[in-house]
Amino acid sequence: MGKAFGAVAGVGAVGALYAMKRSWDPLPSVKAAGFTNVDTSTCVENKLVVEKWRGKPIFILKKTADMVSSQTEADSARDVIIDGAHFTVAIGLCTHLGCIPAYREDRTDFLCACHGGEFNASGIDTKLPPPSPLVIPPFKVNGTTLVLGEAGEEYKKMKESGVTA
Amino acid sequence: MKEFIVLGVVVFFSVLTYWLVEPFAHGQMHKHVDSHQFQYADLPAVTKQGDATAGKDLVMGAGACSGCHSIEADGVPAMMEPDMAAASYGVNPPDLSNAGAIYDAKFLTDLIKNPAHALKVEHKFDPASGAMHPMVPFYGAGGDMDQEVADMVAYLQSIAVKPSEVTSKMAFENACGRCHAMKYANWTQMGETPNFKYKKDALRYEARVLDYQDSLKKYMGKLPPDLSMYTRSRNHHFLSTFIEDPQVHLAGTAMPRVGVTADGADKVLTYLEEIGDPSKANGDRDRIGMYVMIFSLIFAIFAYLWKREIWKDLH
Amino acid sequence: MAHFEKANSIGEWFDQRLATKTLERVLAKEYWIPKDINFLWAMGMVLAITFGILLVSGIFLLMYYQPNVDTAFDSVNYTIMQEVGFGWLWRHVHAVAASVVFLIIYIHMFTGIYYGSYKKGREIIWVSGMLLFVAFSAEAFSGYMLPWGQMSYWAGMVITNLFSMGSLEMNGVVEWIRGDYVPGQAFLTRFFMLHVLLIPVAILALIGIHFGALRIPHVNNQNGEELDYEVEAEKYKSGNKAASKVIAFANDFMSKDMFVVAVYLIFFFYLTFWNYSFAMDPVNFDPADGLKTPAHIYPEWYFLWSYEILRPFSKDIGLLAFAFAQVIFVLLPWLDRSPNAVPASRRGLFKYWFWIMLANMIVLTTMGKLPPEGINNTIGLVSALLFIGQWLALPFVTMFEKKV
Repeated sequence: MGKAFGAVAGVGAVGALYAMKRSWDPLPSVKAAGFTNVDTSTCVENKLVVEKWRGKPIFILKKTADMVSSQTEADSARDVIIDGAHFTVAIGLCTHLGCIPAYREDRTDFLCACHGGEFNASGIDTKLPPPSPLVIPPFKVNGTTLVLGEAGEEYKKMKESGVTA
Repeated sequence: MKEFIVLGVVVFFSVLTYWLVEPFAHGQMHKHVDSHQFQYADLPAVTKQGDATAGKDLVMGAGACSGCHSIEADGVPAMMEPDMAAASYGVNPPDLSNAGAIYDAKFLTDLIKNPAHALKVEHKFDPASGAMHPMVPFYGAGGDMDQEVADMVAYLQSIAVKPSEVTSKMAFENACGRCHAMKYANWTQMGETPNFKYKKDALRYEARVLDYQDSLKKYMGKLPPDLSMYTRSRNHHFLSTFIEDPQVHLAGTAMPRVGVTADGADKVLTYLEEIGDPSKANGDRDRIGMYVMIFSLIFAIFAYLWKREIWKDLH
Repeated sequence: MAHFEKANSIGEWFDQRLATKTLERVLAKEYWIPKDINFLWAMGMVLAITFGILLVSGIFLLMYYQPNVDTAFDSVNYTIMQEVGFGWLWRHVHAVAASVVFLIIYIHMFTGIYYGSYKKGREIIWVSGMLLFVAFSAEAFSGYMLPWGQMSYWAGMVITNLFSMGSLEMNGVVEWIRGDYVPGQAFLTRFFMLHVLLIPVAILALIGIHFGALRIPHVNNQNGEELDYEVEAEKYKSGNKAASKVIAFANDFMSKDMFVVAVYLIFFFYLTFWNYSFAMDPVNFDPADGLKTPAHIYPEWYFLWSYEILRPFSKDIGLLAFAFAQVIFVLLPWLDRSPNAVPASRRGLFKYWFWIMLANMIVLTTMGKLPPEGINNTIGLVSALLFIGQWLALPFVTMFEKKV
């Protein structure tokens, strides 16, 4: 009977643990953090724009013609084309441990101050320790407006082809 | 004896680690900048002796200073409220009453002739590209321009309080307070925040502060930081050399060189400490620290005597 | 109910009800400590006192601290530092004690390693001590979040990201720990709870185990000598204190402890009042800003060595190395295959192992703080590999040691 009693208590403990786990989950109001609309018509070439989406910084970089013509195919695959212009759109958190890399206009690349990681203008990692390119957030292009948080056709394609995690 | 050797080893490794992670590592991380004692050696020396009376005519007349600047000390009120002034010029132009006491004479002289040069913001305001500094340079009133500028500076010095009478608060408000807020001193770029009886008045005022800050943001590129805790977040030497020449630390920054005298800079730093770290500024920390140290010493002596008494039987 | 006689004194009244005389005898008067010890044996008491200082100063900070992302920074830097009477004192004391406690922990730990105080019979002392180290680390980290400055925020970001387990990309776990996509209100309040309730309770429990575990194997001594406590205690009790190799916990051992504590307090208060920036990083006096990483991010000094083990490798290997560094110390009693529980100076190769380990951890600590550039990366990598290599080599280093 002692064992049975223990088993019943165990069931209760598991239930309580589940409740505890749920209490630590992000709140619905936090999860429902909406969509962010970005007007890209005001973007200037080679000037990084940082938007905020779900508390994370989003990098939006309009590339110059030079940058577009000199980039590799892997770079081009990550380009978001809005109204004929090439953009880098990425979550501005280093894929190593989540610091915000700084954009260096003269070298057209990103440097993460925390552990010295580097990314090129398309957000592809070029120096350790970051293990992967900057993540591209779910986006949708609506005319010249970029909608963050909604997965459009271009985004789905990128995701399927493994261009972004 | 052996115990002292052990102590020596422990102290050695502790101090070594401290030295490596503090003085050494921070020396590696931060650029070393030497102070030039606010000499402003890059600016031309003042050669003329100014005449305050002639200067007054220029400031009020041909120099057109009072068109934008108030001079409360000499009965010239502000033309606009601070938020409106910021909307027009990007930042509220300073009242000139005590400018002669807070700012360096060489700096003022150069500032009147070529603001962007004296302020070291020529990378931002380049007449060639049409970006003019909001303060119009003085092009001369027809006579010897150097003499005229010297007269104007002499006038500003004549109406100002004596440099020794400049308080730390005055220095901060004049030199920093139109761009930087200071939350813990109840200070915004609009000045000291008044008390309002009605919430709607308070909100209206707050909205005006936000408008001011928006103008400032447009003018500076970003909102200059609140300085309440700068006395703790930056070290004294950094702040002093930064005030002397922001470009040395932060090349390309929109922050102008403010051109305060060495004494003016000291007063600004004193004010930062009074607001950000009052227990240090008012001497409490040092005083209480001394009491605690003296007590600890006596405590240690008694602890030693007690130990000796008890261990007498044990050896 | 048991029968109670009328008590003749207050002491007797308590003794009848709580057996205070027995407690005094067992815990103090006849709790035997070896006589052949040096001041390093007082570090336990120094730690207990420092923990007490943290507890008391923490209680006073708790009365005005507000765990809210909008008000936390001001409640610390304005309300506590400027308005509350002696609030600045509690805060300085709390911050400095939180840093210095790790210096003492490290001294305590290396003392244990040097004198072999983790060996057969004393494993639980060692393991509970290492668990205390983990609990203190968690306590330090959660407390570091509370002022909600730039370092709080970014340390919170970086450390919680470790739980994504590298390439496993377990972002759900990270978000679960944070209660948000980034450190925010939910994060601050739950770390506040951990800091003021759950972890302190765990620490108190662990301290109980740590002390209890000393009881049977007794404290080690400077020469690793095996004492016959019954015989030595008899000598002491018969009045031959000078010839006995043991002393009583109170007041013999206590009086020496308190003298060491007193010297320590002079050092501690000097830091509190005049040299505190090692414990109160200037960068954390900038309010948290999720859109601006500070130019240099580094943990507090006591985490630097393990941080440096993470840093020079690629993400997954770095995490594995980091995890290795976290748990390997716990296994020391089993990795050390030598039969000797004597000071390192009397133990062949282990002597070199010990000093290299100590020196290398100082190198790692230094490299963890320096910017990851140029030669620093190489030194960091070599040191991290040496650290791991030393631990892997430990069983072989100690295996052939002869019984002394």
